[in-house]
Amino acid sequence: MARNCYDAVIVGAGAAGLAAGSVTAASGCSTLIIDRESRSGGILNQCIHNGFGLRYFKEELTGPEFAYRMSQKAQNAGVEFALDSAVTDIKKLDDGTFDLRILSKHDGVRHINSRAVMLTMGCRERNRGAIATPGGRPAGIFTAGTAQKLLNCEGKLPGKSAVIVGSGDIGLIMARRLRWSGIDVKAVIEIMPHSAGLTRNVVQCLHDFGIPLYLSTSVVRIDGKDRVTGVVAAPLNDDRTPDMNKAFAIECDTVLFSVGLIPEMELAKKLGVKENPATGGAEVDSNYSTSIPGVFSAGNVLHVHDLVDFVAEEAEYAGKCLVDYLVGAKNGVEYNSSVLKNLKYVIPNRFAPTQDTRFLFRPTVVTDRAVLKAMVNGESVWEKKLLFVRPAEMIIAEIKANTLAGDVTFVLEEI
Amino acid sequence: MIYDVAVIGAGATGGATAYMLSQYKLHTVLLERSHEVCAGVSKANSGIVHGGFHHPSDSLKTQLELRGNALIEQLQKNLHFPYLKCGILVVAYSEEELETLKKLYQRGLDNGVKDMEFCDRKRIFELEPKLTANAIGGFFVPHGGTIEPYMYVFALIECALKNHVDLRCDFEVISGDYQDDVWLVKSADGREIKAKYLVNAAGLFADDVSRKLGAEDFKIFPRKGEEYLLDRNCAGRPSRVVFPVPVKHSKGVLVIPTAGGTTMIGPTAEKVEDKEDTATTQSNFAKILKLTQNMVEGLTAKDLITSFAGLRPVHESEDFYIVQSPVRPALIQAAGIQSPGLTASPAIGEYIVKLLAKSGLALKKDPAFDGTLPEYFESRKLTDQQLSELHASDPAWTNIVCRCESISEAEIINAVKRGHTTVDGVKFCTRAGMGRCQGGFCSAKVLQIISRYSGIPMEELTKRGGKSRILAGKLGSLEVK
Repeated sequence: MARNCYDAVIVGAGAAGLAAGSVTAASGCSTLIIDRESRSGGILNQCIHNGFGLRYFKEELTGPEFAYRMSQKAQNAGVEFALDSAVTDIKKLDDGTFDLRILSKHDGVRHINSRAVMLTMGCRERNRGAIATPGGRPAGIFTAGTAQKLLNCEGKLPGKSAVIVGSGDIGLIMARRLRWSGIDVKAVIEIMPHSAGLTRNVVQCLHDFGIPLYLSTSVVRIDGKDRVTGVVAAPLNDDRTPDMNKAFAIECDTVLFSVGLIPEMELAKKLGVKENPATGGAEVDSNYSTSIPGVFSAGNVLHVHDLVDFVAEEAEYAGKCLVDYLVGAKNGVEYNSSVLKNLKYVIPNRFAPTQDTRFLFRPTVVTDRAVLKAMVNGESVWEKKLLFVRPAEMIIAEIKANTLAGDVTFVLEEI
Repeated sequence: MIYDVAVIGAGATGGATAYMLSQYKLHTVLLERSHEVCAGVSKANSGIVHGGFHHPSDSLKTQLELRGNALIEQLQKNLHFPYLKCGILVVAYSEEELETLKKLYQRGLDNGVKDMEFCDRKRIFELEPKLTANAIGGFFVPHGGTIEPYMYVFALIECALKNHVDLRCDFEVISGDYQDDVWLVKSADGREIKAKYLVNAAGLFADDVSRKLGAEDFKIFPRKGEEYLLDRNCAGRPSRVVFPVPVKHSKGVLVIPTAGGTTMIGPTAEKVEDKEDTATTQSNFAKILKLTQNMVEGLTAKDLITSFAGLRPVHESEDFYIVQSPVRPALIQAAGIQSPGLTASPAIGEYIVKLLAKSGLALKKDPAFDGTLPEYFESRKLTDQQLSELHASDPAWTNIVCRCESISEAEIINAVKRGHTTVDGVKFCTRAGMGRCQGGFCSAKVLQIISRYSGIPMEELTKRGGKSRILAGKLGSLEVK
């Protein structure tokens, strides 16, 4: 490796890291993107289905195609890569720059100095252990993403008959993928009264294949000693406890969990980046700057997006903000933003009133008519009507400069 | 050949017995029904090195517990298994508990527990600032803490094997006949071994094994303990093992700083019927979390990584049953080894050697005995310079495979070379897959590495031997309907 000092180091070469790096490098900042894997693209590389890029590239691509294009873009912009490399520690130095400790099979231990850092580590899957699904511990229990990797990257079958717990997008995509591999998908079981995945995935991956989706149903036990032999599921009572009188058994040799994603924030925590409890990611302002000056964050490590296109857009913008930081531009951030009714979170948490700002929300309700309101000093100063609100689908609000003259609270009212 | 001793069961008791026997000029064989060692009771427990104050002074349990506590500390110096000697804090949260606690403290004094300290409220908070505000007093036992039980057993057995003990895995004893001063022991798969003496350290199945050997009838009851493992970043990780005042049949629910750096809460104590019922329940997690949140600040449901259950092998007497069999004199029974069995295990090993000698086994120290193991490197604990040196000879040392626990490829390769060819075996040997993502990210890589270095095709790899295959074949081998 030629150098050990960069203007920008980006941790994670998924869609977010590649998009951010393309911008910083194109702006003339020396940029290094670090990733654990041997190729850039992150989880996109195992997502061999289509449906990516409709918004960002205006055409439909597979995951690896999307990754390839993003990677080409970054390389053409002059980004350097450190692949097969794990960042094991990160520190802020007294001069305001950052020291990153990197382990790789190629270079052993390296320390990289950077003036600014972009955190784009993505997220991990919540697993069976984290939600304490009762039962035994036989072989044949995977997260949906692990099964996807085994099937799509290793060419191995995770089992022959499967039940999928949780209806997140990866679970839905995997239901179809398993079916296409000759694996009998017995059911998808969702604890909530609505799917956790995009509507288009419920239609294309379950309905088209006649795979039953049990809503408001919980898996109360996994059976099997050596290998999974089945699960027992029960519909929920009104108080959300399982109704054991209506419990039913499903035979299968495999259980996949698709029960949510958790931002991989551990490295950020080492730096002392302030966390947003509602997202599990960092708190950021409208420049995607975290609580530590010089540290930026975007993509799924910030909050879990529904489409990679949004990830790329967000990270590009964050990359531009990082460049502004390096040239010493004033960021103008003054006010706080928060959410109250029917909304789980808002990104960003602080904003500059003199700039156009894109606010992103995750709703907690299912409704076909609602109005999103921005309240400043108890008065609604901005409103937007929404016709299709689902927790699986992010709400985007572009608010013009000088609209919000104070701390803002967003509410979502059903109408 | 005829072995001098065959030890049935490669858990903590069997492993420690094999280790103790390996110091003598003897031919010893260790028989294990599972695919790898330490696969039963010894794998799934709290991992506590107990202090010696829970049981009465005249009991064999207490003698073995105290001796075992000292031996574990000595063994650790040569075998290098992780031992966090953080001490044990027993805490009272009410005046009533404080009264019971004083009796327990007195019992500790009577038992001869070293350096115990009775603590007022101020002192317990000095020793453990994370206690909840309702803690009113307690006592501290500095000689105790936590080990990773599987790593301890792996080390004992590895050292025994180094000193010429033989190991037979997948050897499920189905019968034993004693004729002309020799046992003929048969396994379910048709293998046979001959030995002059047997040690029954079969854990939960010690009663079945005793019957199969034509020895006395007794009953082992499984008592389930569920444990909950929390993230290594959990704010509630205490710096001591925190015990409540014990209740009947159980030392209570503990907050445990594991030697591996995570936090564990548990165990429950529930009588079950099935000796293989290690299922966990949801209601127990809520219960255990609430109990421990009353003890220590900073424990949250969000920190939960995983849960597991272990079964304590309870002898009908509730006590250890370690005797020369009254029916079959060339058989030593080591049954009912529940808590504090892990702590006591090296002392139980010693005690069994004495019982064997009493029943006529000739013991002669082996001058060639080497009771040390190399200190295996762990990339996450090394300095930059150490890593650079290792990388120069083998780049696998700086190739991180398990991101959550920072485990390198070289550590996984070493585990395979040390005989671990199952996913669980590698996990318990290295911690790969034991962290917050529970193998979500690394399992495909771990399977590849095990396959490459064991020569076993990926599709045939198992979680823990037998029929616990991880994969169902190659893509394309199933008919698509």
